[in-house]
Amino acid sequence: MKQTLYDKLWDSHVVSQNDDGTCLLYIDRQLLHEVTSPQAFEGLRLAGRKPWRIDANLAVPDHNVPTANRAAGISDPVSRLQVDTLDQNCREFGITQFGMDDPRQGIVHVIGPEQGATLPGMTIVCGDSHTATHGAFGALAHGIGTSEVEHVLATQCLIQKKSKSMLVEVEGELPAGLTAKDIVLAIIGRIGTAGGTGYTIEFGGSAIRALSMEGRMTVCNMAIEAGARAGLIAVDDTTIDYVKGRPYAPGAEHWEQAVASWKQLKSDPGAEFNRVVRIDARDLQPQVTWGTSPEMVVTINDKVPNPENETDPTKREGMKAALKYMGLEADTPIRDIQPEIVFIGSCTNGRIEDMRAAAAVARGRKVAANIKQALVVPGSGLVKQQAEQEGLDKIFIAAGFEWRDPGCSMCLAMNNDRLKPGERCASTSNRNFEGRQGQGGRTHLVSPAMAAAAAVTGHFIDVRELEVL
Amino acid sequence: MDKFTTLTGLAAPLDRANIDTDAIIPKQFLKSIKRTGFGPYLFDEWRYLDHGEPEMDCTNRPRNPDFVLNQQRYQGAQVLLARDNFGCGSSREHAPWALLDFGIRVIIAPSFADIFFNNCFKNGILPIILPADQVDALFTAVSATPGYELTVDLEQQTISAADGTSYTFDVDPFRKHCLLNGLDDIGLTLEKVEQIKAYEELKKKETPWLFRG
Repeated sequence: MKQTLYDKLWDSHVVSQNDDGTCLLYIDRQLLHEVTSPQAFEGLRLAGRKPWRIDANLAVPDHNVPTANRAAGISDPVSRLQVDTLDQNCREFGITQFGMDDPRQGIVHVIGPEQGATLPGMTIVCGDSHTATHGAFGALAHGIGTSEVEHVLATQCLIQKKSKSMLVEVEGELPAGLTAKDIVLAIIGRIGTAGGTGYTIEFGGSAIRALSMEGRMTVCNMAIEAGARAGLIAVDDTTIDYVKGRPYAPGAEHWEQAVASWKQLKSDPGAEFNRVVRIDARDLQPQVTWGTSPEMVVTINDKVPNPENETDPTKREGMKAALKYMGLEADTPIRDIQPEIVFIGSCTNGRIEDMRAAAAVARGRKVAANIKQALVVPGSGLVKQQAEQEGLDKIFIAAGFEWRDPGCSMCLAMNNDRLKPGERCASTSNRNFEGRQGQGGRTHLVSPAMAAAAAVTGHFIDVRELEVL
Repeated sequence: MDKFTTLTGLAAPLDRANIDTDAIIPKQFLKSIKRTGFGPYLFDEWRYLDHGEPEMDCTNRPRNPDFVLNQQRYQGAQVLLARDNFGCGSSREHAPWALLDFGIRVIIAPSFADIFFNNCFKNGILPIILPADQVDALFTAVSATPGYELTVDLEQQTISAADGTSYTFDVDPFRKHCLLNGLDDIGLTLEKVEQIKAYEELKKKETPWLFRG
């Protein structure tokens, strides 16, 4: 029987199976953050339960943390209580936490891979939908709710039913100047924000294999924006080279054994998927979202779509509502749209490669006069350190960007980094929902290079038109 | 978790596709460390004309008259009609907590986002998937008939109304069993302690690098 990568990961984690196909699935790693864990810990306490396996958990505060003047602590008392609660819970139950002043602190989906706490072949969960990120390592990773966070803490298992499988194959060489973000936005544009509902998506093809681990994480991260709880990419030498030597990775004692096992983590040739989608990377252009759902995406050389051309009445009304919220007229060239705020960061695009791509555009340029604020928020303390060793912070600061401390920041605006009503943002994050970056805020999702290009020109522009200075 | 067996309740229509969990409960309310008290902030940015903050008293906040759940005829609704992909986006369980706290026990839509759908069952909310034409018919009936109530019978897997409307729906047998009996998943899983331990012993040999403790 030819198996998909998903089949292999699923089968190797089934503890028991009921007649109706419901399985008890073993979870190798749970990542915890402050927002979705307090009620789970409280549930454990109320039931008099203890975590099943303390070493399977790793915790970090990320959503509420300030990205400026961190030494002063968190000014909002409600946010502070949530972060303090994580701290207390981790101490009470003996769970490792990278606290706010730990250099390893960062966005949970950045630090897991960075520490080697994310490994090929694992099942990984977190009370956060962007857990799909970790699938880039050939791990089965998905977001869960707080009840399930408690369930995994208490039993190290989840009750699950297997989903359908989809292969998204991206073939051909990606044009220079385009990135993983453009690939995944184009995929979402093609299959829609619910296209992956009920599926686990495996991303394959030569364009995916050519991506770095950072790029692969960007693609898997947004599987949830296509409706799929989990995204997967097969293990290859790029994966193994990335993992080697990281703090939580297997040491010399088990390394060869682990690598031999990881090399099996790919779909067998000829394995069948429930759905296959093919995309030619050579045809792609830089992507920009125009609306309030990630599927509302076009290329930089397009215009804002006209709802009158849409035949489906629900979709047409959705488009009209989106244009109204976004303050945009149909048929406006995307290039004529002028953001006032630029945000570079998040679990989608807060890694070192993203910092480098944005800095390459910012180098020798200045943030345009109409840009009120341009934020660069590294995904972790270690990304920040690395970027500073490479001098990227100086490039950003010289260009007029703000260089901040790590956290989720303006991706969801739980800390003080948020849009004001009506403000328009070129953002490297993952969701352009109404109010996502601040009530009334307007989000255009783009790659880090495209965000930096918008920052230095004051409007959206094809980054390929800017020379490297 | 509260049991769900049968319910007869007022239905309210939310005629929009892709309603995300950021809309259901905006991020600022996620700072709470409790499971309760989210109802007043459900759909906060659509429901009120001012900006909501956690622990705010909502009694005198200005209501948005255009938001459907603010209409007098839908006060006390327990059944929510929605469109495709309801609950997309974030995994926040605060979304079903807010709906439940507001009084919603049943959501009917042509499709739901996976994580939200799953989170509902953990909280005694029944999400029902019906074909788009049946959902359309319900939207029409609810809008046309003030006080339109639906009766949902989980055991029989039926939805019915006084006008003779009657539909059947599918539900996963395990989830149905848990909801009918208000069962705690963790308790059920802990009945399999020996199997979990046996699995771990096997994996400690096969993949020892995953066990550092």
